[in-house]
Amino acid sequence: MSVWIYILVMAAVTYLIRMLPFTLIRGKVRSRFFRSLLYYIPYAVLAAMTFPSIFYSTGNTVTAVVGTAVALLLAWYRMPLIVVALAAAGAAFVTGFFV
Amino acid sequence: MNRIRSFKRGAADGFPICLGYLSVSFGIGLLAMKAGMTVVQAVILSLTNLTSAGQAAGIGIIAAGGTLLETALTQFVINLRYALMGLSLSQKLDKSFGTPQRLLVSYGITDEVFGVSSAFEGKLRPEYMYGMILVATAGWVGGTLLGALAGEALPASVTNALGIMLYGMFIAIIIPAAKKDHKVFCVILIAVGFSLLFHYAMPFITSGFAVIICALLAAVAGAVLFPVPDEEKDPETEEGVL
Repeated sequence: MSVWIYILVMAAVTYLIRMLPFTLIRGKVRSRFFRSLLYYIPYAVLAAMTFPSIFYSTGNTVTAVVGTAVALLLAWYRMPLIVVALAAAGAAFVTGFFV
Repeated sequence: MNRIRSFKRGAADGFPICLGYLSVSFGIGLLAMKAGMTVVQAVILSLTNLTSAGQAAGIGIIAAGGTLLETALTQFVINLRYALMGLSLSQKLDKSFGTPQRLLVSYGITDEVFGVSSAFEGKLRPEYMYGMILVATAGWVGGTLLGALAGEALPASVTNALGIMLYGMFIAIIIPAAKKDHKVFCVILIAVGFSLLFHYAMPFITSGFAVIICALLAAVAGAVLFPVPDEEKDPETEEGVL
């Protein structure tokens, strides 16, 4: 089967998932429970995506843990996104020479 | 002028996403070539899908010659989180968002675009989203092209270390929010707890599906334990900052 058909199916499914709720939900959500849910979802999604995946993101658990610690520390002091991201990568890279 | 300013602000906020995407999509490019795809196919795949986990799984299915039904179901499960993100973002859109703008911006709802735009203070304008999505997509597609073309040009020590960047960005988004609001901190701890449980105790649940379950459980717990206060101001009169 042509690779293009796979790509088309993947793109169509992915676009519909993104488009339907974003386009169809117009009104303000009034339910307090649902508003609370939507308030917490971004943080819950990002937290669940980050842990434990971050520990396997560099191919070595030690370098990843060091990078994670640096990211947590800099994020605590409200450094910009790119600073936190690059410092985490830099810390993981440097640690790589010692493990 | 306001529109241009919004666009520029979006592009600037999209820049870290772009850099982070370069390293991840580099890997996607490599993966696609190993699966026997052409450079053009790899680039079009990234341009039309714009999703790391979904594409990686899809490439695996293509390489294994799986069915289209399996392809569609896998994408559905792995990418279902975008439906939640779209729903969440739909609540903070500026009034200038009509149907055409929504149809366009839908294309670019990724984890990172969602993370950065949901952390944005104020209403989201279409131009802000266009700028961010354009810059992020350039990184995603450009990285795929580089990965497909250059093979393993960069030493593994560099590409490995770059793998942590996206997660570093996530941390930079959630930690300041947790510091400001202790309820958010609790929800994050619950989400991480479930995520660790799923990963180590129930490894048969795919990661995309695990993220959906963990996030919903944690957000429901948050909504039940610490409901947000009733709206103090009329959202209709709230103007977008940008």
